[in-house]
Amino acid sequence: MTPPAFSPVGLRFENIDKRYGGLLALRKVSLSIAPGECVVLAGRNGSGKTTLLRIAARLVRPSKGTLIFSGDSTGGEVDALRPGFVAHSIMVYDELTAEENLLLFARLQAIARPENRVGALLQEVGLSERRASLVRTFSRGMRQRVAIARALLHEPAVLLLDEPATGLDPQGTTWLAEAIRGLRDSGRTILMSLHGESDISSLGTRAIRLDAGSVVADTRTGATFRSILTFADA
Amino acid sequence: MSLLRNAAVLLGKELRTEFRSRELLATTIVFILIVLVLFSFTFDPTSDESRRLAPGLLWLAFLFASSLMLQPCFLREQHNDTLSALRLSVSDPFAIFLAKLAANTFFLLLAELLLLPLFSVMYNVPVLPVLHWLLLVFFLASLGISIAGTALSAISAQARMRELLLPLLMLPLLTPILVASTEVTKALFDREPFVKWQGIGFLAVFDVVFLTALWLFGEYLLEE
Amino acid sequence: MWKRASSAAFVVFLVGAAAYASFYIAPDEKTMHVLYRIFYFHAAAAWAGMTAFSICFVANLLYVWRRDEQWDSLAVSCAEVGLAFITVVLITGPIWAKPAWGIYWTWDARLTSTFVLWLLYISYLLLRTLVEEPDRRALLSALFGIFAFIDVPIVFGAIRWWRTQHPAPVIMGGPNSGLDPTMAKVFFFSVLAMHVLMVFLVAERYRLERLRTDLELVRREAEAI
Repeated sequence: MTPPAFSPVGLRFENIDKRYGGLLALRKVSLSIAPGECVVLAGRNGSGKTTLLRIAARLVRPSKGTLIFSGDSTGGEVDALRPGFVAHSIMVYDELTAEENLLLFARLQAIARPENRVGALLQEVGLSERRASLVRTFSRGMRQRVAIARALLHEPAVLLLDEPATGLDPQGTTWLAEAIRGLRDSGRTILMSLHGESDISSLGTRAIRLDAGSVVADTRTGATFRSILTFADA
Repeated sequence: MSLLRNAAVLLGKELRTEFRSRELLATTIVFILIVLVLFSFTFDPTSDESRRLAPGLLWLAFLFASSLMLQPCFLREQHNDTLSALRLSVSDPFAIFLAKLAANTFFLLLAELLLLPLFSVMYNVPVLPVLHWLLLVFFLASLGISIAGTALSAISAQARMRELLLPLLMLPLLTPILVASTEVTKALFDREPFVKWQGIGFLAVFDVVFLTALWLFGEYLLEE
Repeated sequence: MWKRASSAAFVVFLVGAAAYASFYIAPDEKTMHVLYRIFYFHAAAAWAGMTAFSICFVANLLYVWRRDEQWDSLAVSCAEVGLAFITVVLITGPIWAKPAWGIYWTWDARLTSTFVLWLLYISYLLLRTLVEEPDRRALLSALFGIFAFIDVPIVFGAIRWWRTQHPAPVIMGGPNSGLDPTMAKVFFFSVLAMHVLMVFLVAERYRLERLRTDLELVRREAEAI
């Protein structure tokens, strides 16, 4: 991936609580993620990983606490405050083509020269030949690539990925690992939730484990990568 | 401003999606047709009786059809979680509503206008002399139905039994539209047609009030 | 416990007093005689029901703003109690109409609008049963409640206009137009009694709702373990 024109951005969760019908999905989560870090978020299903990511994506409002994006006060901050989000669903329209989808979201975000940007992205994710095909006809791997292209349209400084390798075959996983490596090396801050060890988890510079809505282990405070990741499967 | 621009872009998407499959339009038109035909079996269509009953039946048919047509509005955004993608991309969530209610108004109007000639023939009512007034009523009423229906479809999409729930929520709420539209249409189909301006007034008031309410509360409808 | 029992006793006393007043203190009415006395319940219940729905509306707004589930509990309590009062209105209307006009229903403007009101709040309650998650249920029903309530004046206005286009017998318009002083006093006393009854019922229902939500919370926490 070509190095984009942005300044690195970090994010901070301060005392985040998220309550769903009286039950706490996240309790007093405080995390500080430095600009450029590539953080792996591990934890069992229901530990709060998705909730935390969706709060970071600003799709969910925390019941208590604040989310702060911090960066250099040079340009590009507005876009930095809108992280790129790759969720479990691909978040694109099946009944539109890959190109139509990306153009739609590019125009909504008022991206300059949308056709050029879309063309370049399709090239980067290797979907140029299938740009005029309906997303409905895509394989799981290709769908994931459209999802990532959509997330990258506005060249975000922060990237959030929720179990991005789910359903991918080994080839797809390899491609994804390469893509994330490129994004990491270009200085983006990445927060991704994963299950267990893989090519992708080895890209992380830090790992955090969530359990029942709280942070229980962090490589920053001494836990090892391996223990955080393998414990997740226990 | 970016709200209108976003709404325009999204409106384009809504129209493109529908015209590609045309399934919503087709089913809506056929449904209205079936209802109108069935209604005609329930009374003797001499021209006096037709003139009396036809306007009410027409608007009932439109209301029932719209309560079905508006169901997929937000339901389809749950597929692939595209609603989240929209929420992430637009600066003002009201743009999403604006686009959808504009699209829904357009589809409703299209269905209504396509069926108007048939209705005129089946029920022996003169439509041409008052066409421009009919267009006004159709527009204001369809707008009101779309505004309320789009908002309520965002609610029903998040509940169980959503197919039955949307008509349940919509139909009582839309009684002013039914009442006002029927009265105005009845006067337009009269032997000496005239415009009941108070009825038009009620439609306009409904549209303004609910558009404002949607603008104020729309973002909460989309909350996760 | 004694506080609740004595409140209940007071309410019963007040309603009983209002009933007594309607039957024995209010003067006779020329055309309808005894039958017209149902008006004191009918109209007073309508006012109390509308007040309950108004409180529901405020509770809905407050919930959307503050997200405190107590407002949701208040809203549903007011909606249910309001609905009960409106049901009384819809039943007493035809009871009066049949002997007075020979038919049960005349599509009278107020009664028809009240029927639509009844349908709106039935839908409100139905919506609540169809959303399982408490936070979602509270928010969605609050939003629908807001839309429903702002529709009410438009409904009443449109239906009243509709009825002027097609005049029909008015249900209980009689005693309303030009109330003699004693009648007016009895009427306002009935309204007061109905409101006190309404407040008492809402308070009881609210208490029940708080218990229910606390219980549901405990159950959910137990299931989560």
